[in-house]
Amino acid sequence: MSAQFLQFLLAGLTIGAIYALVALGFSIIYNASQVINFAQGEFVMIGGMTTVSLTAIGWPLPFAMVAAVLVATLVGFALEKFAVEPARGASVVTLIIITIGASILLRGLATLVWDKNFHPLKAFSGEAPLQIGGATLVPQSLWVMGITLVVVLLLTWFFGRTLLGKALLATSHNRLAAQLVGINVRHVLLASFGLSAALGAVAGILIAPITFTSWDVGVMLGLKGFAAAILGGLGSGPGAVLGGVALGVIEAMGAGYLSSAYKDVIAFVIILAVLFFLPSGLLGKRSTDRV
Amino acid sequence: MLKRVLVMLVAIWCGAAQAQEPIKIGAFLAVTGPFSFLGDPEQKTLELYVEKLNAAGGVLGRKLQLVSYDSAGDAEKARTFAKRLIEQDKVDIIVGGTSTGETMAVVPLAEQAGMPFISLAGAVVIIEPVKKWVFKTPHTDRMACDKIFVDMKARGATKIGLISGAGGFDKSMRGECLKVAKNYGIEIVADETYGGADTDMTAQLTKIKNTAGVQAVLNAGFGQTPAIVTKNYKQLGIGVPLYQSHGVASKQYIQLSGDAAEGVRLPAAALLVSDKLADSDPQKIVVSRYRSEYETRFKSDVSTFGGHAYDGLMLAVDAMKKAGSADKAKVRDALETIKGYVGTGGVVNMSPSDHMGLDLSAFRMLEIRKGDWTLVK
Repeated sequence: MSAQFLQFLLAGLTIGAIYALVALGFSIIYNASQVINFAQGEFVMIGGMTTVSLTAIGWPLPFAMVAAVLVATLVGFALEKFAVEPARGASVVTLIIITIGASILLRGLATLVWDKNFHPLKAFSGEAPLQIGGATLVPQSLWVMGITLVVVLLLTWFFGRTLLGKALLATSHNRLAAQLVGINVRHVLLASFGLSAALGAVAGILIAPITFTSWDVGVMLGLKGFAAAILGGLGSGPGAVLGGVALGVIEAMGAGYLSSAYKDVIAFVIILAVLFFLPSGLLGKRSTDRV
Repeated sequence: MLKRVLVMLVAIWCGAAQAQEPIKIGAFLAVTGPFSFLGDPEQKTLELYVEKLNAAGGVLGRKLQLVSYDSAGDAEKARTFAKRLIEQDKVDIIVGGTSTGETMAVVPLAEQAGMPFISLAGAVVIIEPVKKWVFKTPHTDRMACDKIFVDMKARGATKIGLISGAGGFDKSMRGECLKVAKNYGIEIVADETYGGADTDMTAQLTKIKNTAGVQAVLNAGFGQTPAIVTKNYKQLGIGVPLYQSHGVASKQYIQLSGDAAEGVRLPAAALLVSDKLADSDPQKIVVSRYRSEYETRFKSDVSTFGGHAYDGLMLAVDAMKKAGSADKAKVRDALETIKGYVGTGGVVNMSPSDHMGLDLSAFRMLEIRKGDWTLVK
């Protein structure tokens, strides 16, 4: 029984780490612009698919991964520059709709650049499962959790110790005030899209060896990441991580102990419950003016 | 004067064209959308063989003309296009309907209009109960269940775990398997499901693993998600045999699953193993020829789905030759009496009570060994 519990927990933590990375991407852009970027899932797809393509033409995995993150970052910049910035006077709702359009466009482009098939990516360090207290774990899961942890630590340092990070934080607190003290909020916005895209790409690369990757892998991961961000409190970094991990574990437990047919339902019911009873999420800012 | 000559010439030309009016083959296929990996080879196959038949002089001295629409896997669109095929294009026969959903949306139209309709979709409901104007070429999911259970029984497994997806194919096959299991004395002791976009099935498989007495596991799944099931299965180290459905029968499944696919068994059409069939096999010539013709033309691997379209077209042509005309009612009657047609899907023996005409011999039990299919003797 406990081995079974451990198995569900490990599965939940692995996928939860991915949700956390996607949720962080949502939160960063939300902080900088109040926009919920529904193209976040597409960064996940671009990261995974680019890595697959580059390794297929003979690039060593580490180079391919770095290049894929850069490609996704550039796409993130382009999204901000050519889709969001020209409409900067528009309302937040309009901007959100623009990102939905962008996500459809990116998926369409992906089917042209690549194809509609699933693609495997070699695991970073073999596929022989590890035995942990009766449960099994693929080594890739350790990579997923480990790199997510490193990324979270890096982000903490970035927001706490660097000028750009602090500028991002300042903009999220009060855009006008940030502008008045000399922060170029347009650069901040650009940086936030690039950073989010990079995070998404990292998630996409990490998960590809476990679940494969394809042109539409971003749809569900994007939605789940969004759900995680809501659960943790939109705009809160620690909240995104907590929300992601919690969602992953709840899902796995739900599929294991309740009914696997309702795995996705469980996730989305939680979101509805959070929105009803705790609109600012677990760790979100307690504000009443915006729900 | 010149005008009059011209008019006469045009009139003669028109008259000649009327006599040569082509036989119209209507098709609606999911060339794009979620079923594109089915619809795309179907479309290519129809194009290729209409061309080939025309090059060989057509059918009954008339050329064939393919009128094809892309229904994108959408039942509503399929219905609209079928209506257009019947009313505007006035086709002589319809070969199409990539998915069961699309097919079932069109069945009432074909029945009402008296239009012979050869479906390329899998589920039993299409031909059961028998519908006067509707036929189909692919094997049914019930046959897949039968084939798998026979094999499980032979290996001494009577208590099995079932894991299936949320798609139409998966649900239909799960239902059929649950229905026929008792015919083989097989008890399904675990019944798990997963969502279409699920990325991790270890939770479901752990439950199956911990169910007492499971001797084999069947994944009634479609497309590419079963490859994830296969990898998770290997990860958890579940020792009992894993069976997949014919819905994953493509080389890509092996590529995606890698080592984890080793030892997995599944029922599939002979087309998949055309090079491994015995020379005495009745299907050997047909499947080898279709394979080489398709692969030289499109430079991509042949799939059983394209084969269903091949069978659909050839059955239509056979029926027209047999009927001696393209008259809809005569073609329908001829279709129903086709016996011993050797296609890519198997040997077809139609009858008034069986509008598919395949038996279990149409399926071959395959096992994946060293990254390739092998025939289970």
